[in-house]
Amino acid sequence: MAKIELKHISKKFKDETVIEDLNLTIKDGSFTVLVGPSGCGKSTTLRMVAGLEKQTGGEIWIDDECVNDTPPGLRDVAMVFQNYALYPTMSVRGNIEFGLKNRGIAKREREKLIADISEIVGLTPHLNKKPQNLSGGQRQRVALARAMVKQPKVFILDEPLSNLDAKLRNQMRTELIQLHKRLGTTFVYVTHDQVEAMSMGDEIVVMNKGVIQQADTPMKLYHDPANRFTAEFIGTPAMNMMNGQDLQGIEIRSAAAVGHVGFRPEQALIGAGAEIEGYEIEGEILTRESLGAENIYQIQSRTGVFFVKTFLAPLETAARVKVTIPYGQLYYFGLNGERLRGVEASSKRLAAAGGR
Amino acid sequence: MRTWEKLRPYSMVAPAIIVFSLFFIYPIFYMIYLSLFDWNFVSPTKTFVGIQNFKDLLTDPDFRQVLTNTSIYTLLTVTLTTGLALLLALWLNRKSFFHGFVQGAIFSPHIISLVSISLLWSWLMDPEYGLLNWVIGLAGFGKLDWLSHPSTSLVSLVIVAVWKGLGYNTLVFIAGLQSIPPDIYEAASLDRSKPWTTFSKLILPMLSPSIFFLVIINMIGSFQVFETIAIMTQGGPVNSTNTLVYYIYEYGFRFFKIGYASAAGVILLVIVGILTIIYFKLLSNRVHYR
Repeated sequence: MAKIELKHISKKFKDETVIEDLNLTIKDGSFTVLVGPSGCGKSTTLRMVAGLEKQTGGEIWIDDECVNDTPPGLRDVAMVFQNYALYPTMSVRGNIEFGLKNRGIAKREREKLIADISEIVGLTPHLNKKPQNLSGGQRQRVALARAMVKQPKVFILDEPLSNLDAKLRNQMRTELIQLHKRLGTTFVYVTHDQVEAMSMGDEIVVMNKGVIQQADTPMKLYHDPANRFTAEFIGTPAMNMMNGQDLQGIEIRSAAAVGHVGFRPEQALIGAGAEIEGYEIEGEILTRESLGAENIYQIQSRTGVFFVKTFLAPLETAARVKVTIPYGQLYYFGLNGERLRGVEASSKRLAAAGGR
Repeated sequence: MRTWEKLRPYSMVAPAIIVFSLFFIYPIFYMIYLSLFDWNFVSPTKTFVGIQNFKDLLTDPDFRQVLTNTSIYTLLTVTLTTGLALLLALWLNRKSFFHGFVQGAIFSPHIISLVSISLLWSWLMDPEYGLLNWVIGLAGFGKLDWLSHPSTSLVSLVIVAVWKGLGYNTLVFIAGLQSIPPDIYEAASLDRSKPWTTFSKLILPMLSPSIFFLVIINMIGSFQVFETIAIMTQGGPVNSTNTLVYYIYEYGFRFFKIGYASAAGVILLVIVGILTIIYFKLLSNRVHYR
């Protein structure tokens, strides 16, 4: 178990700066997920923690020990690669055993460790097979077993589920969560899939262009995004964003200038009664996706296209609908995308009627 | 209709089969047939002598010398070419202008005709005026006889063969190395693998297809060496560089003992055949393919 601290980390590839002044503390025993669009520097960050990539500046501390000059093998981290990176010439047993042999662990203990691990991940019948004779899920398990058997302080997983089909991915997801509970080791997990991040992480770090946008629990990220990027990145479908200038019939009282106003598709109400006070938009339904428990509508309004998601409600058949978003569910963002708090809004209708 | 259905596949492969039979299968059997006769290439009559040609061959001390020469030449050429090429490939397997240039330079002998190479090296290895002896002289060593002394002549030919084959072999190894995904190295470093362990336990087994391919190609090539010998040494001095194919050529086309030469050809066929069988056996059991 270990705490990981990144202090003022920067990384340049030739002239290109990928990461600049990154500070992050990964809590001991946490399941931390680094998430962001491709090219945001999340994998690079992960590889620097593992020691596969050397940071240009800054310090990395694992368990109160600076590991800047520690080679990967001695950092006590284990990694699961996206393409598994299994040794193709070795059997499953050989793959798991290789790291143990290099550590000089005696044969009898090795045998015991391998037997235990393969029992846990369900590989016992396949120990003598070569990786190319295994299915994707089994290869994934070998990669996990190879990492687990070393009993590392830190587990690093670089998009480990992206090569699996949807069903297997869900299954492995729950298995990984259980595994984390059982081992209690610090897990650092990289993915570009926000659903994966939300479902697995107890601590999520949202990154964009080498900068941490927000590091928080999944619930905080969803309900209280720190900026426009996080707000739009988390959630399916993404948060709807409207330009502040396009809004009509709403009065916003804010200390700072409002650039954008957003709302979550699942907070909008279709055909709500007058008793609900909120911002109203009229629009034409372009598409209806019916997923059984939930329906997703794509709606064309005067200010652009937005999404609405309803739960356990009958499919809306009308072509034109009125959508109401309660004022309390609106998110306000400044001109630079930062979140504005303490903003109040109310209907402008009365004032407009009286004024003109 | 039905007969055409049945005949169609055969008619499709017929051209290939005919060409193959005419130029590959027939000559092999004709050679085996000729090896049982005494014939001088022009006489209308061939005299059947049974296995006398083989008996003569195997009791001829010259022929035994030829077999030894060929084996030594093959052993040295194959091990040196493959071994050096592997080392070079490990060194050249990175992207920089310099490494690319060296790679190209090493490869260039491969595209030059062996005849030119033989003439070039005859001149380089000239005991009196050759560049090699001049360089050795500068370094303060005595002159070597190279091709003109039985103790060094065969090794001199090996040097030429290695020089010619190195580039191609290196290229195959570099291709093999580049097909190894980089995360294998990373996984190994996280597994605390030392450089030598990574090489011997991971890289070498993953290169086994390239290694076996090159070993067998080099072996068959070396067993059939001809041009360099014909141009540089004519099998001399004192039979020290006479090899199987040159021996066949001399008996067949200079002494016109076709039956005798054919018998030697049959022996070459058997040797190369055995090597190929061993190769495929090993290939199926020991070599890793993804």
